[in-house]
Amino acid sequence: MAEEFEPERPLTPEELKQRKRRNVAIGLSLGAFVLIVFIVTMLKLAGNAPQG
Amino acid sequence: MSDAAMKPEPYTLAGQTYALAGPEDYFALLKPRVMSLVIFTAFVGMVVAPGAINPLLAVVSLLAIAVGAGASGALNMWWDADIDAVMKRTEARPIPAGRIPRAEAAAFGGFLSVLSVALLALASNYLAAGLLAFTIFFYVVIYSMWLKRSTPQNIVIGGAAGALPPVVGWAAASGTAPLDAWVLFAVIFLWTPPHFWALALYKRGDYERAGVPMMPVVKGEASTRKQIFAYALILAATGVSPFLIGMAGFLYLAVSALLGAGFVGLSWAVLNAAEGDYTSSKRLFGFSILYLFGLFATLLIEHLAGLHG
Repeated sequence: MAEEFEPERPLTPEELKQRKRRNVAIGLSLGAFVLIVFIVTMLKLAGNAPQG
Repeated sequence: MSDAAMKPEPYTLAGQTYALAGPEDYFALLKPRVMSLVIFTAFVGMVVAPGAINPLLAVVSLLAIAVGAGASGALNMWWDADIDAVMKRTEARPIPAGRIPRAEAAAFGGFLSVLSVALLALASNYLAAGLLAFTIFFYVVIYSMWLKRSTPQNIVIGGAAGALPPVVGWAAASGTAPLDAWVLFAVIFLWTPPHFWALALYKRGDYERAGVPMMPVVKGEASTRKQIFAYALILAATGVSPFLIGMAGFLYLAVSALLGAGFVGLSWAVLNAAEGDYTSSKRLFGFSILYLFGLFATLLIEHLAGLHG
């Protein structure tokens, strides 16, 4: 079983702020990735759809 | 690879900087300046390639190529963290500066490599995705892990990784990689040695300290200057070749001939400079960036403006 990471001290306000910024960046990146895959899938489907 | 010169892993610095890395540090791992050159040359490859690609798919393909290049940059920083720590040019990078742990950079780069190749396969085709995967492999394994520390020909052979993006872009747009695409590859491939050796001449001390066998460190300045000049001659001729094979028009011929003459002229100045005088090599390094940009920008303008093709 994996051991939990325990900080040796509470995070400082600056570290908490940076952690939040990292989390927001990861969230936005994941959201953008999902959107991109969705758009690409739709474009590919539209390209392969029979015309008329 | 030795970790002796590196700062301790940030997570072990209790009470110090272990949670201070921001998104910008992870972005810096992607080597954004290299990434911008990759985006530009891949875009030119896409535009010059025959056939049409949906503009949105082209944007996503370019994004995937850029992320793939960034991923290989992150993996390079992971592997070369010990070298980066002793070179002035690179000591402020996120790993040697102690802001990001090495293992995290490796995971970040590995994850983005897989993601970028998968995304390119989805947005364009398997040929482009395969070429991108090969580019990442070549840069990380062949160049960073093998050649960089073992031979003064490191950037000559390793230059292939930096030269592949226009071929990847071409393949993304057309699903093919014909000889024409490899002419663009050849231009960047032959441009790489004089570009990096001009830098290595005046950063020789850095490379010496880090134990990287760059040409000036191993063979000396005189030999490096001769080789720069020889490559400049071959590059100037190759730079014109897109016109000769019908890929470019007369505007390109004029620009490539003019810039090629400038490159040879500056290399001649490097060849004849006194030992320890690096003014000309600094000039050549700056001009080499302008040279490559000028060539690819002219190709782009010709094709976008309908002046050719």
